[in-house]
Amino acid sequence: MSRAPVIHPLWLRMTHWINALAVLVMVTSGWKIYNASPIFHFSFPDGITFGGWLGGALLWHFFAMWVLIGNGLIYLGLNLASGRLKRKFFPISPRAVLTETLAAIKGKLSHANLSNYNQPQKLAYLFIIVDTLLLVLSGLAVWKSVQFPLLRELMGGYDNARIVHFAAMSALVAVVTIHVVMVALVPRTLLLMIRGR
Amino acid sequence: MFKPKRIQLLDEPAVVKAALQALPQPSRRLFLQRGLSLGGLALLTGCTLTDEDSAEQALMRVSRFNDKVQAWLFDPNKLAPTYPESMITRPFPFNAYYGIEDVPKVDGSRYVLELSGMIADKRPWTLEQLHRLPQVSQVTRHICVEGWSAIGKWGGVPFATFLKRIGADLTAKYVGFKCADDYYTSIDMPTALHPQTQLTLTYDGQTLPAQYGYPMKLRIPTKLGYKNPKHITAIYVTNVYPGGYWEDQGYNWFGGS
Repeated sequence: MSRAPVIHPLWLRMTHWINALAVLVMVTSGWKIYNASPIFHFSFPDGITFGGWLGGALLWHFFAMWVLIGNGLIYLGLNLASGRLKRKFFPISPRAVLTETLAAIKGKLSHANLSNYNQPQKLAYLFIIVDTLLLVLSGLAVWKSVQFPLLRELMGGYDNARIVHFAAMSALVAVVTIHVVMVALVPRTLLLMIRGR
Repeated sequence: MFKPKRIQLLDEPAVVKAALQALPQPSRRLFLQRGLSLGGLALLTGCTLTDEDSAEQALMRVSRFNDKVQAWLFDPNKLAPTYPESMITRPFPFNAYYGIEDVPKVDGSRYVLELSGMIADKRPWTLEQLHRLPQVSQVTRHICVEGWSAIGKWGGVPFATFLKRIGADLTAKYVGFKCADDYYTSIDMPTALHPQTQLTLTYDGQTLPAQYGYPMKLRIPTKLGYKNPKHITAIYVTNVYPGGYWEDQGYNWFGGS
């Protein structure tokens, strides 16, 4: 009996789930840290934050950052070395993203072949990669504003680096929310990310 | 120039501290009570307190590793940005582990700064003697661990000048501080010797006000606020990790920015 070909190799599935866990810890502990001194006129409800108190949230945040960075480097390295990045994410065009997004909204986008990413998927996943990079860099600027002067100035100074970090987090949470809704609409993709086929 | 004597004396407080560290620490209980907290995780998994304990230990190990990373990143010649006086935050925020009504009232005329540990000349200092040392001032950004920041102007004696003057062993690992408000903390020697680290006696050209640390505080623009002790009454130099008020509860020890 022939089995369906593996669409997501094991390393991809592992880095995906490790990243998901690291991001969950980073974001929810980050909300607790934000609450200690809110930038805007709101706080996150305590129940959805992680770490118990500021000190605990900081410990988790600065623990998960190593998981996020180490795992992220393995993901990017293997993606580049295997040629997967080029094969799966390109070509991508604004026009195709727009037409396929409209088709998806009308419920006319085919999900028959899951071995290729459609154009909105390509955009969303590339965005997550770039946005995570921005989160790491703005986070470094907040953490080490004296030791990384160039990064600090690129972010518009210490206070502004916090705003950049917050905005990048918000964008990530928004895209991940859409991602999770899409998975709920096409549940086979969840099995695919667990079994690989 | 005064050359610090190499001293290898028995540092009694340090020995006691080392012995205490070998015992179960009361601060660890406090740590748990504050709830690090894995409350949610424990509910999900049915984890016991033992698991919470080991998670806590793992987190603290990573925090110690982060101390090392920060010590490695720390560039003794890299200066924190300075600002024009027009950018000073007014009023400068008060912050402590207690409310402003509990700020200690220190009598400057009876004040003495005590020295101990790996220091050649342990004679205590009066406020007047400190004021007679060469004074500098700087306008820098104070960054709080909570995230907010504020710009202020601090004046006083470069800490490196003071440490050399008293013959501190500059090869020691730590400089510790005890304060009139029962606060305590400690810093690494490279940061203690950083050109912007200052024994502060004035704020914005005035005698240091009570709420900002009268009669003397340590100002470190390369570290977070909780590493800037106020109302300092004793300074000691040691190779035994001294911890700190917040650090013992889980804040990162290096706390550098």
